[in-house]
Amino acid sequence: MMLDWVSGVLLLVGSFLLLTGALGFLRFADFYARIHACGVTETLATSCILLGLLIQSDSAVPQFKLLLILLFVLLSSPTSSHALAKAAWNAGVRPRDNRGKQPLPLPPGEH
Amino acid sequence: MELAVNIVLLSLLVTTAAALVLVRGLLASIMLTSIYGLLSASFFVIMDAVDVAFTEAAVGAGVSPLLLLLSVAVIGRHEARNAGARPLFAVLLVGITGALLIVGTLDMPAFGRADAPAHLHVAPRYLLLSGEETGIPNVVTSVLASYRAYDTLGEVIVIFTAGVAVILILASGTHRGSARPHSAPVDTKDPHTILQVVSKTMIPFMLLFAFYVQFHGDYGPGGGFQAGVIFASGIILYGLLYGLPAICRVIRPPVVELCSALGVLVYGVTGILSMLQGRPFLDYSVLADDPIRAQQIGIMVIELGVGITVASVLIVIYYAFANQFETNGN
Amino acid sequence: MDILSHFNYWVVVVLMMLGFFIVIARGNLIKKLIGLNIFQTSVFIFYISTGKVIGGSAPVLSSDIQLYSNPLPHVLILTAIVVGIATTSVGLALVLRIYRAYGSIEQDEILEQSRQ
Repeated sequence: MMLDWVSGVLLLVGSFLLLTGALGFLRFADFYARIHACGVTETLATSCILLGLLIQSDSAVPQFKLLLILLFVLLSSPTSSHALAKAAWNAGVRPRDNRGKQPLPLPPGEH
Repeated sequence: MELAVNIVLLSLLVTTAAALVLVRGLLASIMLTSIYGLLSASFFVIMDAVDVAFTEAAVGAGVSPLLLLLSVAVIGRHEARNAGARPLFAVLLVGITGALLIVGTLDMPAFGRADAPAHLHVAPRYLLLSGEETGIPNVVTSVLASYRAYDTLGEVIVIFTAGVAVILILASGTHRGSARPHSAPVDTKDPHTILQVVSKTMIPFMLLFAFYVQFHGDYGPGGGFQAGVIFASGIILYGLLYGLPAICRVIRPPVVELCSALGVLVYGVTGILSMLQGRPFLDYSVLADDPIRAQQIGIMVIELGVGITVASVLIVIYYAFANQFETNGN
Repeated sequence: MDILSHFNYWVVVVLMMLGFFIVIARGNLIKKLIGLNIFQTSVFIFYISTGKVIGGSAPVLSSDIQLYSNPLPHVLILTAIVVGIATTSVGLALVLRIYRAYGSIEQDEILEQSRQ
């Protein structure tokens, strides 16, 4: 019973985080802010949902599989965000201000 | 609940396809294709087609966009604005065809009915008897590799032929041996260090997973087609991050080409083996004394042949495209 | 419920027509291949939808499950997907050769060049 509550809360938190990530993706100004919104929330949200499911399932094999998926997500999700951001930087996308209009000044040494 | 997910996924699929119609530029189109593949894989899970979802996730969201990307890297991502423009004619034609098809669907049995004609003919027999006859719980595997093994042999030969065709089309005009670059063309100024490290830890597990899918296919979703695609994606991922020369050193092209034929050979020889003993082609009962055991051995060997061919044909195709990219690309 | 009973089929028709539209209305050969892919996947969705039984389960036999979805469409589509990627890559290889011969993959430019 207690565990049901824990897993329910985890699932809810995960769904909420996914929702905020999607909102950020739609509403944020420039590419890097958007990818930040998705990448950061996605990792935590998927972990929460997977943990919630882990508590729900009652046999060892699905639990083990969920753990493996969790490990995979923890590795692959930040890496894919990194790859996207890097590809965008190499393609010449530069950070912009809050409204997405003006390019921001870059730190010295960058171009 | 399932129905709601069904409707949401299908609406997303239509949205993605509509975006594909509207968008200009090949790179965006390819990314949308990948999303489309992932969505349809999720849809297949909802429809209980777990084996199909496996394959579509690896092919539709992985390998197919990748091959498109490699071609676009050679050709350029530009899409001309007014090329082939007869939109009014096209809209008319599509509208009429679509309307006729929709009228046609009105006679179809309602979605999901257990008494629809499609479920009355052979499927009940497979579901009722395949467990006793083959001793394999996954009906998809037993139908694929035993009841409809002729079909599957045909498909495997088509895949093999496609691999040969790609080699022939792309290799003519260039000297294949010399065209293979030996100096690393991977950008040394900008090594994908993080990607390389992460993928290096993951690729062994991907390959291991492919073997799991291959040999666990009798008991859960999986089998030769899925395993072949997953194995090939692992290898292709390595090739993407470390460059074609590196992966060619690990798995030499002649070996893969040989393997793609070997898989078909394993399949065919199993069939001929039963013919030599006076039984019909691909009759597994000669493989062991116990009929169920014989079926299991037959299915395992067939699936192995399928897996080898699918994996190596996809790797061969990747080599051919990557070779084009590294010799002509920018 | 009456609309829902044919919803999947209608979506299939819409997807198929969107793919068909891309194939005939777009001049870029790679875009045409993408359109063909959409068309092909809509056929897959049609088959798999036909195979679904509401309340059914994935066709992996187990003693505590009574109703299964139809495994036959799964078998057909499973192989068709892999054959589909193989044939798509043949198409892409042809596109690359066309590009090598004509320097373009736009239908108009290729036709113009071949008329001369």
